[in-house]
Amino acid sequence: MGIAETYSRGRRFAIERPFALVLAVIVVVLLGDLLRGLATGQTQFADIGTLVWDGLMRGLVIGLAGIGLSMTYSILNFANFSHGDYITAGAFSGWATTYLIAGLGRADIGALLLVGAGGSVYGGTLGIGVLSTPLAVVAGIVVSGGFAIALSLAVDRTIFRPIRNEDGITLLITSVGVAFALRYLMQFVFGSDVRGTTAQPPSVSLYFIDGTVFINAHDITLLVVASALMLGVHVLLQRTKLGKAMRAMADNKDLALITGISTERVVRATWIIGGGLTGVAGYMFILWKGTLGFNDGWLLLLLIFAAVILGGIGSIYGAIAGGLVIGLTASMSVLWIPSAFSRAAAFVVMIVILLVKPSGLFSGRATA
Amino acid sequence: MSVRDDFTDRIPGGDAGLIVLVLLATYLAYVLAGFVLGYTLRGQLNSIATLTFYIGVFAMLSLALNLHWGYTGLFNIGIVGFMAVGVYVTAIVTKPTYVAGGAAQVGGLGLPLWVGILAGMLAAALLGLVVALPALRLRADYLAIVTIAMSEIVRFSFLSGELQQFQLFGNRVGFGGGSGLILDFAPPLEALLRGVGLWDAYLGFVDAFQVVVPRNPKPVVDGLIYGLLLLGFVAAFYWLLKRTGESPFGRVLKAIREDEDVANALGKNTDRFKIKSFMLGCALMGLAGILWLVPQGAVTPNFFRPRVTFFVWIALIIGGAGSNTGSVLGGAVFAAVLYQGPRYFQNLVTAVFPNFDSPSGFGQAISPLISQFDPVPFLLYTVDSIRQLQLVVMGLVLIWLMHNRPEGMLGYRKETASVIPLSRPKSMTADGGDDDSVRTDGGVDAAAEGGETDE
Repeated sequence: MGIAETYSRGRRFAIERPFALVLAVIVVVLLGDLLRGLATGQTQFADIGTLVWDGLMRGLVIGLAGIGLSMTYSILNFANFSHGDYITAGAFSGWATTYLIAGLGRADIGALLLVGAGGSVYGGTLGIGVLSTPLAVVAGIVVSGGFAIALSLAVDRTIFRPIRNEDGITLLITSVGVAFALRYLMQFVFGSDVRGTTAQPPSVSLYFIDGTVFINAHDITLLVVASALMLGVHVLLQRTKLGKAMRAMADNKDLALITGISTERVVRATWIIGGGLTGVAGYMFILWKGTLGFNDGWLLLLLIFAAVILGGIGSIYGAIAGGLVIGLTASMSVLWIPSAFSRAAAFVVMIVILLVKPSGLFSGRATA
Repeated sequence: MSVRDDFTDRIPGGDAGLIVLVLLATYLAYVLAGFVLGYTLRGQLNSIATLTFYIGVFAMLSLALNLHWGYTGLFNIGIVGFMAVGVYVTAIVTKPTYVAGGAAQVGGLGLPLWVGILAGMLAAALLGLVVALPALRLRADYLAIVTIAMSEIVRFSFLSGELQQFQLFGNRVGFGGGSGLILDFAPPLEALLRGVGLWDAYLGFVDAFQVVVPRNPKPVVDGLIYGLLLLGFVAAFYWLLKRTGESPFGRVLKAIREDEDVANALGKNTDRFKIKSFMLGCALMGLAGILWLVPQGAVTPNFFRPRVTFFVWIALIIGGAGSNTGSVLGGAVFAAVLYQGPRYFQNLVTAVFPNFDSPSGFGQAISPLISQFDPVPFLLYTVDSIRQLQLVVMGLVLIWLMHNRPEGMLGYRKETASVIPLSRPKSMTADGGDDDSVRTDGGVDAAAEGGETDE
């Protein structure tokens, strides 16, 4: 009887949700392949450890930047395609500060402010790193957040506010225009070359079952900064009046208005929090990977969208969790497929989630 | 608003007249600028050919996008992916088979170009189907993100080393990875003329053209004739989409755009209509991509960056979504003013100041301005990096349009879904007068009218 019941339930599941079943089969096959690789010694545990760590770092950056995107998506109700260029703008402003402080007196100020455009100064030569030049890095983090806040408020005031009541698609198209203008203005000023920004940071090697996993100082910095900021946002949203207002706004705009919540104040707070996190995420991303180009934020944007959709639009925990899933997918996919497709794998995960659960993993929990 | 409506009403030939008028004005501006530059006749003809080429491709692409967005309301920002698939499949089908030691790293199937073009369009349509099946049931902004992610997946696939070469039907073929593919087969114009047996006549015409351009006239003539061919394709796209839009199928599409639930409630399987419309548009995008890139002789995956998609969007929004005339106009204006215009302007400046030595970076450009109030290096740097600044301008134009004229140049002209005109018959007497004046061939008229009423 028990078996029959299980069987009929399984049958119903297979008929009602064929995609989920196919998905489960694929996951089992992939895991089986991985276990076979581990058993035969083709894949080492340490390799997997390295990939997981790499994916975790990537996921933290995506999650941190995704919080801002998710908040504007739910409160202002549009997909902001200029978000990626806020990341780049934050990164450039922060790195200009870091270069200036780390290299003052050692190189031309103009070259430092332009983050070594055209190979005039190299971050490696200046010895930039969180342990070697801590003050410059901290100042860079602060400036990147501040600049991204100022930028997002300025863009909102001049561009998004006049068309606040238009539909989401109009705002989306406008944000594409903002993205274009920002990105190529940055290319105009900072040049199109990808530059190395940091000296080789000191790292520790951890013994892990059958090999070593290297963890460097910038990984730790990213982990600490991202976790602290995520925790901060959590406290802000759950414990403060502003956070309550924001959650109310995301949940039901009309109801929030009736209760006397000022729309523009909440919108401003959204841009401040989202913009600040985005700018810092941009800075940390560059610190972690060690190179900076004018396209970095745009290239990250689609992964951030994937994370936000994966987690459910409007949920900051969803954005964080989605970021980690997307980051881990992009990093670990090389275990099964060629590395050229790692980004494609992250997109495929997003599309699969849209098929199986279109409202995202943390659906129905607006900004909470 | 009413002034512009009057203006478009008064142009002879209506919409077609407006398009011709804008094209003529654009050409006139370019030719005048060419005179200022002191271009030779060859230079003038070349610049006209290039301009026509871009007008053609952008008009075709924005027409195809209009089918998606203007007619059906599908927010597709993966245009470039469909173009890429069209071009690459055409290349694989049409490239000559691999011979060891040849210039090309990989071969193709060696079939005629028309087979390749059909295969490319089919492949683009099938990719459209694959994207549409999961995405169409989702919100518009999800479809947007899925399509742009798809276009990036396509680009990564063509970039990847794993698909650089593989075996297909026993032939060594491939996508060539990051270095791209050489399209070592006859370009579309030559293939077309050979196909209809006019190639020798064409070569004779090229020889005769030596009267106008004495030395090596073939590239010039090729460019001009290919431009004309593209304009022919634009006309064909326009006709096809107009027919589609006015057919019962098109009426359902417009109903979906207005209110999908109502269309559904009326018993139309909206998903199926959306998928068909999406696939048709994707096939047309593939064709436009083929006509754009195959004559270039080579193709690399990084051409297909998302920015090309947004170029097409800007073109459509300039012209006005929902209107085919607007799409063509938008394509023409975008190509002439935003796409080719700044490059032409750069040539102008380079011609006027032939030995200008622009600073290599922003730092060298800005420091004289700050220290000595000398704006010249900054201006030179600005002109030198006009290809980046033109994208800034495009972004600003897009923002401006969304603020001030979201309906585009022609206004969001909703082509009504009804078969009979819904407006009040205001010009009865004028029609009667017309009938009077052409009563001499009234019999033919009556027959034509009878045919219409029968429908």
